[in-house]
Amino acid sequence: MTLQELITKLNLAVLTAPLDFNTVTPQGGYASDLLSCVIAGVQPGNIWVTLQAHMNVVAVAALRDISAVILTENAQPETVVIEKANEQNVILLSTSESSYQIVGKLWELGIK
Amino acid sequence: MPIYRAELHVHTVLSPCAGVEMIPPVLVQKALAMGINLIAITDHNTTANIGAVMKAAKGTDLTVLPGMELQTREEVHVLCLFDGLEQAEAWQRRVDACFGEIQNDVEIFGEQFVVDATGDLIHREPRLLITNVDISLEEAVAGVNALGGIVIPAHVERRAYGLMAVLGFASPIFEALEISSHVTVKDVCQRFPDISNFPLLQSGDVHYPDGFIGVMEFEMAAPTISEIRKAIHAEGDRKMRIISAN
Repeated sequence: MTLQELITKLNLAVLTAPLDFNTVTPQGGYASDLLSCVIAGVQPGNIWVTLQAHMNVVAVAALRDISAVILTENAQPETVVIEKANEQNVILLSTSESSYQIVGKLWELGIK
Repeated sequence: MPIYRAELHVHTVLSPCAGVEMIPPVLVQKALAMGINLIAITDHNTTANIGAVMKAAKGTDLTVLPGMELQTREEVHVLCLFDGLEQAEAWQRRVDACFGEIQNDVEIFGEQFVVDATGDLIHREPRLLITNVDISLEEAVAGVNALGGIVIPAHVERRAYGLMAVLGFASPIFEALEISSHVTVKDVCQRFPDISNFPLLQSGDVHYPDGFIGVMEFEMAAPTISEIRKAIHAEGDRKMRIISAN
């Protein structure tokens, strides 16, 4: 499933610069708010679900080639964080739902 | 009783998030220019640049305490402050034994320079310093106290790595808490009523030369951990206060 389909089906807000999300196909996912766990456990291409929205989220996403980050519970990154994400080609998406709900929906959509 | 103006949370060029200007002579000069006569060097998970800063401060009025900003297993940042380099290095050995194996990516996180007293490069630290060390908050307090040091959770109100935001409560194992430079005691205590029971320190969490704020004033006999501890607990005529408008 492409990232564009996920964005539409999960009604995600796109925080970073728009691009052709049909060309991005997330492979599996990872959910954690502890950055060290993410660095150790995430696989390149994974979609990452977290409610953390600070600068090091972008650094970790870039470091581990994460396909997109879904920020849950309306976690709002500061403008500088979004700018950094654009610079590093990190895709930041946002939802009002909890990590638990989003992970459940991703799983149902076949992101396993 | 002598008065010390203190900045107890200062990074050097070894911390990837700190400016490359943060070399020993620059930060010694900046601290002195602000009327600060007591600093602690607290790089992320490392003590490797402290000796260089101590050397650069030799012969000046500035006292340099060795320290570290430890990132615990809970992903909380705490200042570990010591009296001497020996104790700090003993703590470093403990930290090294529990360190992750992630390498730094300079492009993403920034450079990690170990330098000499003049600021010249000795080598680059290859391990990523901003990462969890497999030591819990309780273990940190026990280990640092056993070496005669003190643990003070850093920028407790910050969403990233702050004790209150990450853990949600302040354990009585801590003797004092640090708040960020851009907040006020009143606001932080309103947000987190728990912390009004703790002595509070404020610091610049200095990453750049213009980051010194020097708002902590300690009335104490000497610039040592045992005296700082007494000032924190207002024992034996020792006192500590935040002198900013905050």
